[in-house]
Amino acid sequence: MSNVDYNIPEDLRYTEQHEWLRIDGKTAYVGISDYAQHESGDIVYVEFTSGVNQTVDAHEKMCVVESSKAASDVYSPVSGKVVTLNVELEDNPEIINEDPYGEGWMFEIEMSNPSEAQELMTAAEYKKFIEEAIS
Amino acid sequence: MVDSSSLKKTPFYDAHVKHGGKIVDFSGWLLPVQFKGMSEEHNFVRTSCGLFDVSHMGEFMVEGPDALKFVDNLITNDASKLNVNQVLYTPMCRDNAGVVDDLLVYKYSNVKFFLVVNAANIDKDFAWCNEVKNKMKADISLKNLSDGFAQLAIQGPKAESILQKLTSVNLSQIKFYWFCEGEVDGAHCIISRTGYTGEDGFELYFKPSEGLHLYDSILKAGGNDIMPCGLGARDTLRFESKLMLYGHELDDETTPIEAGIAWTVKLNKPSFIGKQILSEQKEKGTKKILAGLEMIDKGVPRAHYDVYHAGGKVGYVTTGAQSPTLKKFIALAYVPPELSRLDSVVEIKIRDKFLKAKVVSLPFYKREKK
Repeated sequence: MSNVDYNIPEDLRYTEQHEWLRIDGKTAYVGISDYAQHESGDIVYVEFTSGVNQTVDAHEKMCVVESSKAASDVYSPVSGKVVTLNVELEDNPEIINEDPYGEGWMFEIEMSNPSEAQELMTAAEYKKFIEEAIS
Repeated sequence: MVDSSSLKKTPFYDAHVKHGGKIVDFSGWLLPVQFKGMSEEHNFVRTSCGLFDVSHMGEFMVEGPDALKFVDNLITNDASKLNVNQVLYTPMCRDNAGVVDDLLVYKYSNVKFFLVVNAANIDKDFAWCNEVKNKMKADISLKNLSDGFAQLAIQGPKAESILQKLTSVNLSQIKFYWFCEGEVDGAHCIISRTGYTGEDGFELYFKPSEGLHLYDSILKAGGNDIMPCGLGARDTLRFESKLMLYGHELDDETTPIEAGIAWTVKLNKPSFIGKQILSEQKEKGTKKILAGLEMIDKGVPRAHYDVYHAGGKVGYVTTGAQSPTLKKFIALAYVPPELSRLDSVVEIKIRDKFLKAKVVSLPFYKREKK
């Protein structure tokens, strides 16, 4: 049905809510997938609901992404401490549409339980997950 | 994915899929919400031209000796002032002045009028028109022709030059809110210089069997100057231009005076349905009035969010978005009249925050007239 090919980098982990996670030693960077940004349409606003140094649990709400269609929540895939928020997105939310895996990253977490990351979907698993969702 | 089993398709469903449309359920119809992207389509209509499938709209024909009398009793605007081949935008109200629907009235003659109503309201409107007809004992025939018409809208500054390639009708002779009948690329059409985008443009009504090719032939005629557009762009385009969307700005509980379209209410007409309440509202004012808001604090206002002032709830948002033309976060909202003055500051509750917005003049966007 869909003729769009979504970019799903091999080296990332993914959630069913379409967040991606890039593991970098003890910390992890998180954003939303190419599929998610495409489904959202033009992203017009990002509001962080969590602050730097805050301790968060896996599945805790981190920010709200608003597109021309709707508002959707972004969750932390892992537990830990918030190291950085990409506040650049507050002024230029369209970066998420343009570069979801690069400049469009949303926050950095120092993981308290790195094994949580290993339970997330691999690129191959996520690809299958999307294909099932859109078929 | 949309469960399409119980949903209706327009004659152009396959064309939407072919052109990459993202299909959604819109009040029972499978229609494209976007093709390339909402704001890209929006901006293209403002600067060039967009093609919209609006075949889901409803069409009624009123014919008979009492046609004018019936229409003029039904609607709040004045059909008696219409010329042959002229189009009128109007609400129709119940006795309590609540809006049943807003519609276009096409005058063929004093004994023949064509009404175009909103898709979601076709059954309700047809029942209401029959109720009015019976109560008046009007000598007319009233037909619901909605299944017999497809409709395409060609909207934007380049609409005339593109459509002109496909017809020998001299389009420059059709003034805004006038219509004629003629051939477009071999299909017999009602050619109407109307639209729902705030731009110049045309709407074509035709039999689906005759005009199946028109979607592609119009795109071909427009080349790089036209693109297929979805309901998403249609909504932001009409919103910036403060064109009403039934179910948002208008509903059974809201009057045209409250909605700020008093220009469609002609109280000098001898009688029409809802006149008494509308006269009182015009004289004494209303409890709520539609206002344009622009966010002062950062946030995206959306339909149904509540509006607050001085710690209390005072109104609600009917439509909100980032304006693709103005790049500002704007909303239409019902507020008390005392808060509807320019630069009045109110708060919109967005999730758990109360964010400031100020009243601005409407419409948010107005095209430059040639």
